[in-house]
Amino acid sequence: MVTAEDVILLLQGSDRRALPRLATLVENEDPQGLEALDAVFRLTGRAHVVGVTGPPGVGKSTLVSVLAGHTRAAARRVAVLAVDPSSPISGGAVLGDRIRMMDRHADDGVFVRSMASRGRQGGLAWATAGLVHLLDAAGYPLILIETVGTGQDGTDIASLADTVIVVEAPGLGDGVQAIKSGLLEVGDIVVINKADQPGAEDAQRLLRASFDLADPRDGRTVPILPTVGINGSGVSELVTAIDEHDAWLTATGQRDVRRQRAARSEVLAGLRAALDRRLESGPGRSPELAALIDRVARRDLSPRQAVNALAAALDSPASGRAIGD
Amino acid sequence: MASRDHLEPDKTTELTADASLGAPVRVLIAKPGLDGHDRGAKVLVRALRDAGFEVVYTGLFQTPEMIASAALQEDVQVIGLSILSGAHMALFPRIMDELHDRGLDDVLVVAGGTIPKADIPRIKALGVAEVFGPGTRLATIVDFIRDNAPRPSPLW
Repeated sequence: MVTAEDVILLLQGSDRRALPRLATLVENEDPQGLEALDAVFRLTGRAHVVGVTGPPGVGKSTLVSVLAGHTRAAARRVAVLAVDPSSPISGGAVLGDRIRMMDRHADDGVFVRSMASRGRQGGLAWATAGLVHLLDAAGYPLILIETVGTGQDGTDIASLADTVIVVEAPGLGDGVQAIKSGLLEVGDIVVINKADQPGAEDAQRLLRASFDLADPRDGRTVPILPTVGINGSGVSELVTAIDEHDAWLTATGQRDVRRQRAARSEVLAGLRAALDRRLESGPGRSPELAALIDRVARRDLSPRQAVNALAAALDSPASGRAIGD
Repeated sequence: MASRDHLEPDKTTELTADASLGAPVRVLIAKPGLDGHDRGAKVLVRALRDAGFEVVYTGLFQTPEMIASAALQEDVQVIGLSILSGAHMALFPRIMDELHDRGLDDVLVVAGGTIPKADIPRIKALGVAEVFGPGTRLATIVDFIRDNAPRPSPLW
């Protein structure tokens, strides 16, 4: 039985490989990694978790790199989790965010870890929350998460981060794009990166106008900040905005609201994954399912009718054994 | 799997997903030193992705320390060094030293690029497992990595 103290000793000891190797074991759902995470979880919750999200190519990695640099300049340690998509065909992935972060290499106060999404949709990997807990336990006071480049739908970061930064760039859409549901709704701070390029002021005005169409969420006006990641312009204002949001979370009690939401989301996501695995190993292999799928494929039964038949079977005691095996 | 044909970098060997057999193997592809050409590295990164590996690519102009530091933090099982500048005999010993300093002796290191045959025995003596010269089939490299990559080891 591993105790929290064992894990902390390991993470804060002289073996620099301990944290990265434990991260791999958590990512691989290895029993050792999961047990260590369980043991150490009660010591977490201290880090400020900041998510950086937005469409591909708007400059998320560069911005994260500059933010990490700012944090280090203030003598604080910082960890970065950078998520890139896994191939749905091969399961492989190209993890390229580090290219724009390598100027922070030499410093042990900056921990950068690339993650492949491994089949999860929504902008994060299955193990991202687990790695956040691990880094939190290892004593990193600030954890930056760079999501997969997301369009309008990748809003999972809102259930994990204390502060969500949505990065946009000039020329990405009109006033209707800006009021559609999705990414912009979950931003605590909106950044127009590449603000030295044409259209940046228009983009800022457009976004401001769209935010002002509604009352401020939770009584707080979302700042919209221009930045130029590659030369660091506007980044100190962004750092200030992050600190202000951090203070606001504490002052209003919103941090507890978000932590509650994050806990619920992580438990339910885990439960769904566990149910999926059971379905796939039990009823998912049953001849009844195969027969129903055949009928749906032949258009003899609608998908909803098949689901209803299967759900009824799950409820009946006769099949309970097969599902709960 | 005919629909996959356009994704196959080399059809002489069946490149199948490793993911289904367990956790994907993590590989670091690095370009050490002053060498501005990474087309070969990118072709290999792509081929490894299509073979089911998770490939961290660091980009150009990496120092030995940067490569070793990235390998440590990313906990890769394999490092591929691509070099076209001719500085391999200056850089490889330093890279292997930096890896050793961090306790990364169990990581599989392979090299590729324009490396004269005469240098290969000395490079292997440093602990580099294999050297792939120009014209090597992608499948040869993929198979070598698949067959020789160590599995993540338990912590206690």
